[in-house]
Amino acid sequence: MEASEKVFERMVNEHQDRIFALGFALTGNRHDAEEVAQDTFLRAYRALVTYPPERIRDLKQRAWLHRIALNVVRNRVRGVKPLLVELNGSEPDRSAGPEEDVMRRADMVDLAARVAGLPPRFREAVVLRHVQELSYEEAAAALGQPVGTVKANVHRGLKLLRGDDDDNSHE
Amino acid sequence: MTTLTNDLKLLGSVRAPRGFADRLLAHVGMADSFARFNTVLGPVYVAWNRHGVSAAARMASADEFEDWFRKDVGRQLAPAPAPPDLAEKITDELHGRRRLRFDLRGLTPFEQAVLRKTLEIPRGEVRPYGWIAREIGHPAAVRAVGTALANNPIPYFIPCHRVVRTDGKIGNYGGGGPEAKRSILTMEGVQLTRLEDFAHHGYRYEGVRTTKVFCFPTCYHGRAARERNIVRFHDEAEARAAGYRPCKHCRPAAA
Repeated sequence: MEASEKVFERMVNEHQDRIFALGFALTGNRHDAEEVAQDTFLRAYRALVTYPPERIRDLKQRAWLHRIALNVVRNRVRGVKPLLVELNGSEPDRSAGPEEDVMRRADMVDLAARVAGLPPRFREAVVLRHVQELSYEEAAAALGQPVGTVKANVHRGLKLLRGDDDDNSHE
Repeated sequence: MTTLTNDLKLLGSVRAPRGFADRLLAHVGMADSFARFNTVLGPVYVAWNRHGVSAAARMASADEFEDWFRKDVGRQLAPAPAPPDLAEKITDELHGRRRLRFDLRGLTPFEQAVLRKTLEIPRGEVRPYGWIAREIGHPAAVRAVGTALANNPIPYFIPCHRVVRTDGKIGNYGGGGPEAKRSILTMEGVQLTRLEDFAHHGYRYEGVRTTKVFCFPTCYHGRAARERNIVRFHDEAEARAAGYRPCKHCRPAAA
């Protein structure tokens, strides 16, 4: 196996849950989440095999994958839905792991739907900061925005989620 | 405030579906896919990747096949729908028409040489272990040939069942024991009782009086001769002394 493929295999095993969670929080459902995660890693693979070794070594994988996943979601939303290959044997998972408990909770499903319903800039900021727990610096890097902008968007996004979006009335 | 951020954090604890990584690796060609096929031999599990068919086994369940594959072949494996033409290629291959490519990566060069040579044995014929050893340039490595064939990851397709003992005994078989070996050879048209009787009397080769050529007894060149024109030889020296030359098709001796 080539070196870049070894890196990729480790990357998939290490980050699959994080990227799936990111897709789930951004899209609000498990099917889209799997498509987003799949597409993210396929793009990562196609990029990785073209990178020289030193670039692969210096890659900040977590931030890089988050940035790719954000682009995947944005492209879907824009309607330029990429041609999603149905992964061989891909089926909705029926195993009842601890993660299933989270998704069986009605309040969680409801929360996922509310997050997915936020306008994109607030949704992305809130998800990166509070679901994925990136630092503001990491989130800003992944979004390609200034830290101040991210902070403001997180703040506004949380307000919207609390149903407290009448921003001006209390200040 | 804390409830909301705690709930958001909880949302981040969802995990990727089971098998996600394996399916992904299979998709980019880094893991193998597998499915069950109904064949003339009954149901057979077959694994493949972008390099070709990588493993086959008759097993009771998909789980058993997966366990064996991971342990023996040492790569990841994910169940998959078969590519549209694979079932047809598998059927053709088992009927003697070469359609498949094989992935022998992970095997030693010696093992690969043994298996590639085995692929040259036509359906309906058999060769001794020593023949493989000689043909691949390791005439003394007869036992090693046996071991390599016993570890053949793609039995039935790479026809290790067509390699038998020099003394005419069928020999063991990794694809389901001697009985399975007998039934597959019989299905392919090998006359086992004739072959065993032949070897039992100490014969190794058949010659044809009219052509003065000697062959392995299952070689189709020799089979075309009338029974009264066939002579039997115990060894190469006897055949040569009688003025016979080895067949260029089955190569019973170094020419």
